Amino acid sequence: MNTLHKELTRTVLYLDGISVSFDGFKALNDLSFVVEPGEMRAIIGPNGAGKTTMMDVITGKTRPDVGTALFAGQHDLTKLDEASIAELGIGRKFQRPTVFESHTVRDNIVLSLAGKRRVFDTLFARSTEDEADKIDQVLDTIRLADRAGMMAADLSHGQKQWLEIGMLLAQDPSLLLVDEPVAGMTDAETVQTATLLKEIAKDHSVVVVEHDMSFVQDLGVMVTVLHEGSVLAEGSLDRVSADERVIDVYLGR
Amino acid sequence: MTGRFLRLTGTSGLILLACLLAAAVYIPVANQYIDPASPFHVNTASVVVFGKYLCFAILALSIDLVWGYCGILSLGHGAFFALGGYAMGMHLMREIGSRGVYGNPILPDFMVFLNWEKLPWFWHGFDQFWFAMGMVVLVPGALAFIFGFLAFRSRVTGVYLSIITQAMTFALMLAFFRNEMGFGGNNGLTDFKDVLGFDLQANSTRIGLYLLSIGALAGAFLICRAIVLSRLGKVLIAVRDAESRTRFIGYRVEHYKLFVFTVSAMMAGVAGALYVPQVGIINPGEFAPANSIEAVVWVAVGGRGTLVGAVIGGIGVNLGKSYLTGALPEVWLFALGGLFVVVTLFMPKGILGLLDRWRRKQIPADKAEQAGAEAEERA
Ligand SMILES: Nc1ncnc2c1ncn2[C@@H]1O[C@H](COP(=O)(O)OP(=O)(O)OP(=O)(O)O)[C@@H](O)[C@H]1O
Ligand SMILES: [Mg+2]
Repeated sequence: MNTLHKELTRTVLYLDGISVSFDGFKALNDLSFVVEPGEMRAIIGPNGAGKTTMMDVITGKTRPDVGTALFAGQHDLTKLDEASIAELGIGRKFQRPTVFESHTVRDNIVLSLAGKRRVFDTLFARSTEDEADKIDQVLDTIRLADRAGMMAADLSHGQKQWLEIGMLLAQDPSLLLVDEPVAGMTDAETVQTATLLKEIAKDHSVVVVEHDMSFVQDLGVMVTVLHEGSVLAEGSLDRVSADERVIDVYLGR
Repeated sequence: MTGRFLRLTGTSGLILLACLLAAAVYIPVANQYIDPASPFHVNTASVVVFGKYLCFAILALSIDLVWGYCGILSLGHGAFFALGGYAMGMHLMREIGSRGVYGNPILPDFMVFLNWEKLPWFWHGFDQFWFAMGMVVLVPGALAFIFGFLAFRSRVTGVYLSIITQAMTFALMLAFFRNEMGFGGNNGLTDFKDVLGFDLQANSTRIGLYLLSIGALAGAFLICRAIVLSRLGKVLIAVRDAESRTRFIGYRVEHYKLFVFTVSAMMAGVAGALYVPQVGIINPGEFAPANSIEAVVWVAVGGRGTLVGAVIGGIGVNLGKSYLTGALPEVWLFALGGLFVVVTLFMPKGILGLLDRWRRKQIPADKAEQAGAEAEERA
């Protein structure tokens, strides 16, 4: 028990035996999954494998029927709501890019900045120099500095994806969950995004879901293959893509 | 200083405040000093009607704050308006004192008529003006807080929320219709004499109430602007546009909704409290679900999420209504329904949106960007 506990506290994310069913359909089936500090992990798997549902469980949007979900080895994610989980330091990018369309790019970042989140804090909040620096830094990282004053609604699809990643950065979480960041991007944008994520992974733990194999190749990290709600294979991309079962259910098609 | 004030009001807001100031000067002057035979004269009945519209405009602002900026479509704001009105009405009833028909110094006429022995506990304190004024904001505020606490915590949104707000005002209407509730049943509260010693029938009191309503409208507008321009206001818009995104960034969405819903209800209560002494009566009809829906139409027509538009809608639609109900009474409801359909289909941003589009067409392309920045500052 004691050694297990030590093991646990060393993990950033620890999922064990997680099952989720929707009207009898098992979206997650006895899923177990661990992320170490500073690790970047890619998740692949066919449509409906449960990748997004897994992120829903981690971020408090969906409650698992059974199973353990711990953050930093001690916080029980199945008991907390979205806001508390975000506060603990888990940030999430949605599969469909979701930014605040009627705010400027800059305000999108302002709202995401780590800081006090209570009603009366925001009512009386004043912008500070520190904040402005932090915002500029994020805007530079996501290459949107020259579009800071633009409405988010007017950004291209790829730029919205970046803005959402920028919002994650501003939040400064210790674990980032990134759902299909390059969907709808041009090849050039895809390459840039891989570079950006690798940069981010230097001081954050990151979980990336993606269907784009060349992008996953670019990331060059350990890959987990999900299928029908549980882990089918785990290892380097080369290793899992040589796996018969993975070829059968996913890559072969 | 002026820069900061302009930022607070916005360009269209400044124009609005200027119009209010002009109306505050012109109407009393025209009423008092211009010869009644002149077309520029404003008779006292019209002063009262304008005062009423100003109260409606405050109600419209309060709805725009929750609907336009936070996406909470309340179809029950008429209830908060009516509760504020009842709180004021209760004070005015107690002010009547022994001048009522039955001459009872404590009990309002309707209680004597119902053979009540003593004043119900919840009527105590209303003889004090300050107490009643507190209740004008506290009662609607408390109802909104409790209602919102339950609804937002259970994450009731969209159509479902709208329906339960309708149910809330409907339930209150039924309750207030009952004599046993102690609010005068279906007759409501009326026959008021004076407020703070000022005779409610006097010309000067009517002008005073009208001016107070203008002041309250200007104040409500500035409060709304301060809220929507603050970072909290940005969170509200974020909730409106992408609620779950806001949650995952770490904001407790239900707290924000609760805050803005409660503030808005208090504002609606103030509007009701100013309305009652001007029209001279408050009855359960004010809780009618249709009233709340009508108020939402004002906001939609003027321009949702613009504040200034809510004021324009609140006053403009009611001007149209009083014209139509006079000229073609049977047409009004159809006109209102038609207006709503036309606005929803063709003018999603209401009258103010049309003005904005028109203004942009006037501006050469190189200045368009600047106008965009202004629009954003206003939004
Ligand atoms: N709220 C829900 N209600 C019912 N079924 C759901 C719900 N959410 C997800 N599902 C189902 O659960 C399964 C897993 O969905 P999920 O979105 O996690 O898949 P995914 O691996 O992210 O797929 P994709 O690659 O298409 O994004 C799917 O069959 C989906 O239809
Ligand atoms: Mg998915």
